[in-house]
Amino acid sequence: MRFRKYLPLYIIALPGLAYLFINNYMPLPGIVLAFKKYNAVRGIFGSAWAGFSNFKYLFSTQDAFIITRNTILYNCAFIVIGTVCSLTIAIILSELNIGIKKFYQSAILLPYLISSVIVSYLVFSFLSTENGFLNNTILKALNVQPVSWYTEKKYWPFILIFVNTWKNSGYTCIIYLATIIGFDRAYYEAAEIDGASKWQQITKITLPMLRPTIIMLILLAVGRIFYSDFGLFYQVPQNSGALYSVTNTIDTYVYRGLLELGDITMSAAAGVYQSVVGFILVFSANMIIRKIDRESALF
Amino acid sequence: MRKSQGEGIFLTIGHLIILLCALCAVIPIILICISSFTDNDTLIRNGYAFFPEKWSTYAYRYIFNSGNSVVHAYGISFLLTIVGTALSLAVTTSLAYVISKKDLPGKGILVFLVFFTLLFNGGLVPSYMVYTRIFHVKNTFWGLLFPNLLMNGFNVLLMKSYFVTNVPNEILEAACIDGSGECRTFFQIAVPLAKPIIATIGIFSGIAYWNDWMNGYIYLTKRTDLYSIQNLLNRMIQNIQYISQNATVLANANAGLASIPAVSVRMAMAVLGVLPVIVIYPFIQNNFVKGITLGGIKG
Repeated sequence: MRFRKYLPLYIIALPGLAYLFINNYMPLPGIVLAFKKYNAVRGIFGSAWAGFSNFKYLFSTQDAFIITRNTILYNCAFIVIGTVCSLTIAIILSELNIGIKKFYQSAILLPYLISSVIVSYLVFSFLSTENGFLNNTILKALNVQPVSWYTEKKYWPFILIFVNTWKNSGYTCIIYLATIIGFDRAYYEAAEIDGASKWQQITKITLPMLRPTIIMLILLAVGRIFYSDFGLFYQVPQNSGALYSVTNTIDTYVYRGLLELGDITMSAAAGVYQSVVGFILVFSANMIIRKIDRESALF
Repeated sequence: MRKSQGEGIFLTIGHLIILLCALCAVIPIILICISSFTDNDTLIRNGYAFFPEKWSTYAYRYIFNSGNSVVHAYGISFLLTIVGTALSLAVTTSLAYVISKKDLPGKGILVFLVFFTLLFNGGLVPSYMVYTRIFHVKNTFWGLLFPNLLMNGFNVLLMKSYFVTNVPNEILEAACIDGSGECRTFFQIAVPLAKPIIATIGIFSGIAYWNDWMNGYIYLTKRTDLYSIQNLLNRMIQNIQYISQNATVLANANAGLASIPAVSVRMAMAVLGVLPVIVIYPFIQNNFVKGITLGGIKG
């Protein structure tokens, strides 16, 4: 009887559950591929077991070190620089009056809505060796020799960090701004009466009150430190082979293994490595968040 | 209260910093807009510039007159975005509504099933295998529509918490007592009350579909007629990269370059690719910002 009452609800939920099953749960058994010697004719489950040899092989190459290093170091840089930039913008925005604030906020959020393919066009218009704005206008004006941007490794860490900050600051900035707007104005009024300068108000009131939000967002980002924005690392450097050592991350490695090099088992092993370490990190980050503030924890 | 001199300086500096950031955010977009209206020969001779010597609308006339693949790809992008967003909303709303029901038997399991997808996923390789081997989405429109984009666990949880906090259970129960079935209650009472969150999730999903290039890149290997505008842009930049990298090897490099649209045409295509986002941006901005704030606070 009870079940009959709820039957319509289960039916309503069915399409969503079916999609979760297909998209998220059906691929899970495929993880065993990382432990197999893949044979296309026999399929994933028919192929012979290979134990951990795929992993042994993966970690004996330079690649494993490079992709792990790149993924983690870039993410660290993104977290530090991204946090500083979006905090600065949010704090300044909160001091401006409403009309102009909205205008600036719209401009700064705009890059977040642009696809990585188009971002790669935007970057190309600046960096193109023959027609790029940097080579043709800025470097020319400074009398500097043109640079072949897409083959010079040393510039790319900076370019990628810049592009990432450009694209994502607006997003984090909104979260900080919403938090600042929620603060009780009475603190600021009291501080003003006591003669506190704007700078003092920021360092003594705004930043300390923002601390929980900052910690939370950083911890969430740390939980995702093993994942990278595929579009940023694949599209923006235009998959240029000369740049692999500074642009290859776990995500681009998995992609190239699967679809460009046809090295499926290696790709699967790297994927499992990412999923497992990623899971541990997300889980631990959440445990720490839970300790600090139960309400903000995901679970 | 009279503003002190220090505060004035502070505000001016703040204003300058924010102005610089806002300029940084929009300048690349302005540069490609101007380039798309620049005469192609000027573009090749002087490079991308903010103040071109000679203007031209050739690129747009070329795109709209020659009945080429751009208009077609544009159509695919619109179709994909509309169908995708509609389906995504239907599936997400219904699942979110059901798991928001307090007394539903097995609710805990359902919430966990959604939640687990945020923590752990099999990665690219297994899901590629499932979609190509079992569902044969390769080179079909389904390949663009289905993988990963149709429903996202995070959006489901966001919507679920909206139903829990903003759609009072009493109203839904009252409807039940008045003899409304579960389905009718869902469509006629719950859905209208959840309009704000439906709009927000719709925006997230619409932007994700419009900007997506990954599904087409992975699953459309032969059917270039199914390319969305993002895929077309992506293919073009890859061809250019390939030809310029292998120029010495390819005897017919010039012939290859000739088949690729002129620089100004490429820029015009990129502009068309972001145009819909920029056009609707002012209308969706408020909802979008609200969505970010909601998501940011709840993890």
